[in-house]
Amino acid sequence: MTLAPRTLFEKIWEDHVVVEEPDSPAVLYIDLHLIHEVTSPQAFEGLRRRGLRVRRPQQTVATIDHSIPTTPPEVPIADPQAARQIQQIVENCREFGIPLHGIGSPTRGIVHVIGPELGLTQPGMTIVCGDSHTSTHGAFGALAFGIGTSEVEHVLATQCLLQRKPRTCQIYVDGYLRQGVTAKDLILGLIAQIGSGGGTGYVFEYAGPAIRALSMEERMTVCNMSIEAGARAGMIAPDDTTFEYLAGRPYAPKGEAWDAAVKQWRTLPSDPDARFDHTITLDATRLEPMITYGTNPAMAIPISGVVPDPASVSDLGERQAVEKALRYMDLRPGQRLLGHPIDVVFIGSCTNGRLSDLRQAARLLKGRRVKEGVRVLVVPGSQSVKRAAEAEGLHRIFLEAGAEWRESGCSMCIAMNGDQLQPGQYAVSTSNRNFEGRQGPGGRTFLASPLTAAAAAVSGVITDPRTLLE
Amino acid sequence: MQPFTPITSRVVALPIDNIDTDQIIPARFLKTISKEGLGQHLFADWRYNPDGSPKPDFPLNQPWAREAHILLVGDNFGCGSSREHAPWALIDFGFRAVISTSFADIFRNNALKNGLLPVVVDTDTHRRLFDLVGANPSITLTLDLASQSLILPDGQQVHFPIDAFNKRCLLEGIDQLGYLLKQEPLIQAYEAAHPARVNTRITEV
Ligand code: SF4
Repeated sequence: MTLAPRTLFEKIWEDHVVVEEPDSPAVLYIDLHLIHEVTSPQAFEGLRRRGLRVRRPQQTVATIDHSIPTTPPEVPIADPQAARQIQQIVENCREFGIPLHGIGSPTRGIVHVIGPELGLTQPGMTIVCGDSHTSTHGAFGALAFGIGTSEVEHVLATQCLLQRKPRTCQIYVDGYLRQGVTAKDLILGLIAQIGSGGGTGYVFEYAGPAIRALSMEERMTVCNMSIEAGARAGMIAPDDTTFEYLAGRPYAPKGEAWDAAVKQWRTLPSDPDARFDHTITLDATRLEPMITYGTNPAMAIPISGVVPDPASVSDLGERQAVEKALRYMDLRPGQRLLGHPIDVVFIGSCTNGRLSDLRQAARLLKGRRVKEGVRVLVVPGSQSVKRAAEAEGLHRIFLEAGAEWRESGCSMCIAMNGDQLQPGQYAVSTSNRNFEGRQGPGGRTFLASPLTAAAAAVSGVITDPRTLLE
Repeated sequence: MQPFTPITSRVVALPIDNIDTDQIIPARFLKTISKEGLGQHLFADWRYNPDGSPKPDFPLNQPWAREAHILLVGDNFGCGSSREHAPWALIDFGFRAVISTSFADIFRNNALKNGLLPVVVDTDTHRRLFDLVGANPSITLTLDLASQSLILPDGQQVHFPIDAFNKRCLLEGIDQLGYLLKQEPLIQAYEAAHPARVNTRITEV
């Protein structure tokens, strides 16, 4: 008997179904559960109310990233609510026996940065977190997706989730990225093409030569923003790039167990004639650096382009959304973004806060000065990223250029920790969401790559980074 | 969870596509460790001026809005962040159902787990509903989950989809964690056959 050809997603899904009763969703087993301070307190409260334990604390791991200040750790937390929330996760982890990479820990960081860098994230796993950017971990060929707090409670209590099988969509990216065009531009280009609901109900599998050529960190950038197209998850088949990244990481298998794991991981890629419910193609060679003009990540244009005219949008709801966005951003139809003044540059987040992102920004900032009047925050994605960057002197490049070099965390990506825009300010941000008020009430966000962000930092206006790369 | 009973109610309309959960409840209100009292922050940045005074023309600030149980919104409602605070805030404000052409996956899951009914209608019905509410803001709609019907003021019935499992859970007020806990023997069997892939407790980091 020959097995029907299966996709990467189908292999992982089938391997994790505990039971699927008729007329009910599947009970899906979860290999790794990541938690953070914002979306977990009510789940632990639920466990206490019902007198339940955490079923698998040894498959659960916690960190503190969203509401933590990025000031030095010895500075006390000024916001009493944030301090209370952080205290709560410390107590919850102690009470339920969950390992916590907490304040003062050298391994603390944004949940989607530390999972991979510790080697916790591995191919073939099911991974969940009360956080939509859990899709990041799909870069390793894992099935990883965000869940709500009720579901966090479900997983804490049972290590399982009720899930309906999503459909599959292959995103085939042909060609190669040109100089100055990054993984961030690739994913913004895709989202602009299909819209912020274009992936709803689907799990994406990214494939094609442009994807194969990406490093692990670049793959994470791509998978991270799958959710901005509404996709349930984004995945990339594991290959030698994946295994090289994982080898020797603290929680990755060792010795014989490593060899056995790699052997099993090599069976995961989609079979050659596996069928997807849908396929979308993209030509990487034609991509330019991308930047958003509006208030969702799909409102993105090539950096040399012009702001679209809502009058040319046929769908009524869509037209109103663009009109509302342009009012909020105070931009005019037909306007060029190149040359638009900015106030703040934020380099960081689970999308672009890893070492290679900081290297890119540093490459452009080296020997240059931040434009007077512009505030530049560089926030490493984790304490490990911070140490690695300092070991190669990147922090000195940032500081000498006039940027701020902070402790790790989500920071101005979500503006819960005091790092935020003032009303009306414009920021170029390497994060993933330009929603109204996301970086502070009244703040206006242009999403872009670390290169484009650094270019804006030195010129004080939106700038094509390719004009500054030698 | 309370069993879901039929609703007849006025409708608050927000004709905007892609309303993200950062708008439904901005992140600065997520520093809470409880689910309670989030209704006051629902759509905070659209609803209040920077000085905290309500914006009189925002639909949620109409005096009767607190009594409305149905929210009518544009496509792809609830996209973005996975925060369950979004349905908690909607429910705390008084909503029991949201009508749209489509919902973001995580929002939809979160809503159903809290007894908030996401009602998907086709684009024609959707436009018609906005027209009706626009022409006469005091009309009422009826939602009957058992028959999966949305009943318009002229008596016309529109069928809406929902999967059998969630329908049963809502109608009977069944809590889904209870269902999962009952699978314990099967979960044990699964774990016996599949050794854990990782141990987060090793400490040689
Ligand atoms: S960096 Fe931003 S998107 Fe990523 S987990 Fe933190 S808040 Fe969420």
